[in-house]
Amino acid sequence: MTPETIDQIFVISKHWLLGYMPTALQPIGSAILSVVPVLVVFPLLFAITTVLERKGLGRIQNRYGPNRVGPYGFWQPIADGIKSLTKEDVVPRTADQVVHFLAPLLLVLAAFLGYAVLPIGKNMVITNLNAGVLFFFAVGSMVELAVFMAGWSSRSKYSLLGAMRAVAQMISYEVPLVLAAIVIIMASGSLSTVAIVNMQATYTGIWPHWFLFTPWGFAGFILFMIAATAESNRAPFDLPEGESEIIAGYYIEYSGFKFALFFLGEYLGMFATSGLAITLFLGGWAAPFSFLTWIPSYIWFFLKLLTLIAVFIWVRGTFPRLRMDQLMGLAWKFMLPMTLLNIFTAGIWHFIPEGILRWLVCSLLIVAPWILLSRGLKQRKKLQVRTYRFAE
Amino acid sequence: MLGAGILKGLAETARNFLGSYVDKDRLTTVQFPEERAPRIEASRNFPFLVYDGTAKQEGLRCVSCLICEKECPPKCIFIEKSTDKKPDATGKLQFYPATFNIDISVCMSCQICVEVCPFNAIKMDVDFELSTTDRFSDLLWNKERLAKSNEYYREIHPIEAAAVDAELAEARARVAGAKAVTTSPPAQPSSGSSVEK
Ligand code: SF4
Ligand code: SF4
Repeated sequence: MTPETIDQIFVISKHWLLGYMPTALQPIGSAILSVVPVLVVFPLLFAITTVLERKGLGRIQNRYGPNRVGPYGFWQPIADGIKSLTKEDVVPRTADQVVHFLAPLLLVLAAFLGYAVLPIGKNMVITNLNAGVLFFFAVGSMVELAVFMAGWSSRSKYSLLGAMRAVAQMISYEVPLVLAAIVIIMASGSLSTVAIVNMQATYTGIWPHWFLFTPWGFAGFILFMIAATAESNRAPFDLPEGESEIIAGYYIEYSGFKFALFFLGEYLGMFATSGLAITLFLGGWAAPFSFLTWIPSYIWFFLKLLTLIAVFIWVRGTFPRLRMDQLMGLAWKFMLPMTLLNIFTAGIWHFIPEGILRWLVCSLLIVAPWILLSRGLKQRKKLQVRTYRFAE
Repeated sequence: MLGAGILKGLAETARNFLGSYVDKDRLTTVQFPEERAPRIEASRNFPFLVYDGTAKQEGLRCVSCLICEKECPPKCIFIEKSTDKKPDATGKLQFYPATFNIDISVCMSCQICVEVCPFNAIKMDVDFELSTTDRFSDLLWNKERLAKSNEYYREIHPIEAAAVDAELAEARARVAGAKAVTTSPPAQPSSGSSVEK
């Protein structure tokens, strides 16, 4: 088998399977064959990530992490799954039963819909929409609806306030998230995720044409990842959950498997936004060097995804949770101006001819505001020295 | 500049992460059921009854004076006095507890029963693995279950037990001395125990 066949093995086998179907059934068969792998692979990745995350966080804090169930604790997700399945499903008596039931399902559904436009490998995308990026952000914002449904239908002030906080945060960070992605749409001139990856899958010498390797692409990637962390409610932006302040926020009234669904939805959302970051900035399924293209494209995609997940875990293990006002301040005072400036920089880049000059100009356009903004926003509070007389 | 502190923090956690694989000293976790942290002498949690010698029930020091039952703040001690008496460690006839129960689900480990006991009969244990499968019968500990030997007490709280042993030995010596004195002309005050007898 040539590398080309290995790369396309899933596509080829799908067509081979479809060949045995009557023509009338082929469209629906094709849809099922594309969707089912996504429904299997990503929840499986979720299971692996939960145990890797717990082990990674443990090591970061000089602990072992889970090491009891199975070899090196790797069967932990199975134990967790059994546990959450056997737990009692408690629904508050006054809760809006229907909405309360639908909220976690909608959250998972919304998280899954984004995968429809993610190119997982060469020719491996469920639908190649012309407005793929737009579709992704549109269904991504369904998560806010699910979160608010969960908080409102529980008929609890805690969960309602938690949902308000969550929605406020998610909407605030959606703005920089979309604005950070716009530079890519400007550069590629397309909203189709497949076209964006194809544009990056070319090489100069051994170097790829990833959008990451431009000043605006790099800044966009950083801003995108910060917004994506906040969007998927991960530490240090996990205020919607806030277990120390508001005790699991909007899903406080959920137990058992519904709680696990919220958890699943959160991780699926994280994988989806990471997948989009890979598609937009890191060349999607393209190999990082031209001499590595013989390795199948889907392996590259998942390698990049796992790397990003590792970074997410690393960040989670490093930073404490922000305060709500700090969080909003970061979104509106820092992220928003930076993303707007980044769009401007990407425009300038387009008009300056290729060469060292445009690198210099564009880098300066990003680094200078970055420094000025971070200096200007630093709060210089005069803190009074407190003396505790009773504790002397 | 924004970001320098962030990078510093990330470097620190990365060092922890990699270091925990290289340097085993970093991992301070005690893997509980197999490994155990050394027992600290000052630790305590639930009371137990001390018995002298080998007879588990007969050797109990408790004379059923009910002081601990009265003093226990959450009232989790239940004692029933015996109707007959039997000789205690010093040979004096004493009551003994017919039942002595402690509801350990209520006990708050305050050690007051230990402090008030005039007979050094009740002491704090260090056993912490008290989980049970039956919350109705397994949490009410009776005399049988509460009785533990003086050797065990010496083992878990050596310094405290040595002091108690010295005190008891002194008391015994005093009783023996008093017995010797009573054979000679009485030197006791005229009032006192004679009324009760
Ligand atoms: S330790 Fe305190 S609460 Fe427990 S039995 Fe003794 S006096 Fe009662
Ligand atoms: S344990 Fe001590 S205080 Fe309590 S009844 Fe027995 S002798 Fe009295």
